[in-house]
Amino acid sequence: MRVLFGLVIALTVFAAHAGNAQPLSNDPVVEQRLLSIAEELRCLVCQNESLAGSRADLAQDLRREIRELIVQGESDAEIMDFLVSRYGDFIRYRPPMKPTTWLLWTGPYVLLIAGLVGLVCLVHNRRSLAMTLSPEQQRQAAVLLSGGRE
Amino acid sequence: MKRLLIPLALFLGLAVFLAIGLSRDPREVPSPLVGKPAPHFILPRLEPSAGPTFAPSDMYGRVWLLNVWASWCVSCKEEHPVLLEFARSGEVPLVGLDYKDQPVDARRWLTEMGNPYVMSAIDADGRVGINYGVYGVPETYVIDKAGLIRFKQIGPVTTEVLRTKILPLIKDLQR
Repeated sequence: MRVLFGLVIALTVFAAHAGNAQPLSNDPVVEQRLLSIAEELRCLVCQNESLAGSRADLAQDLRREIRELIVQGESDAEIMDFLVSRYGDFIRYRPPMKPTTWLLWTGPYVLLIAGLVGLVCLVHNRRSLAMTLSPEQQRQAAVLLSGGRE
Repeated sequence: MKRLLIPLALFLGLAVFLAIGLSRDPREVPSPLVGKPAPHFILPRLEPSAGPTFAPSDMYGRVWLLNVWASWCVSCKEEHPVLLEFARSGEVPLVGLDYKDQPVDARRWLTEMGNPYVMSAIDADGRVGINYGVYGVPETYVIDKAGLIRFKQIGPVTTEVLRTKILPLIKDLQR
């Protein structure tokens, strides 16, 4: 009973703290889904913040909109479509794979592989360069290594 | 010589990419609505004398401009003289969408600064704005005779944009 009482107080404090957000639904399931969707979305006003974390006016409006769509029973994919059809793929932190985003998705791996190939070629070239000493040069090297003089 | 060629090519490639990347404005997000029908709405008018509401379908058969503005918007002030000039030319009707504003402030703004709009619709809670993908006021849409969005200007309309993009497009669409 005491635990429950404590919980109620804790929640009340939390709700009071979150007062100016005016949650449309007090349903924690809806809020949880809202959070998981909004974290995938970019706030267009302050582009380095997610929609979940932004205090911008537009972000609050969009969260309100998403909350309503959740309450209306729309699926996550439908909600994503709603936002992408208005703001474009840019609103998603993880844009879908399609011809215009191929470079975006594969670019880093292509660069990594190109770098590795380049490195291997370079090392290989250096080695084969070292192998091609003329007999005269090899004789000189042997003399130098043995510490003697010509 | 040959050894220098590869790093030089890599450097030039990088420089070109950076030059392109830095000369673009990251705030201008291409709108997926260009080429699509202008989203439907019915909203009350700021000046209810001509009729209580406005809907984009009222403009069907005409090329027109929809300008999203607000009295609290600083860049709108910058844009305002350009819009007044455009309205004076009488090219095509300019409709305002008063976005998340107080009607009292909005009316005062128009009386003080001049009114370039044939009418303004009041989007008090910003819902219509969301349907149009508005994320930074001012924004301006060019809508054709069939009600399709043909161009979107994010940020203030300048004389430059008007001259090089909007006016030629209007001419094209009116044909």
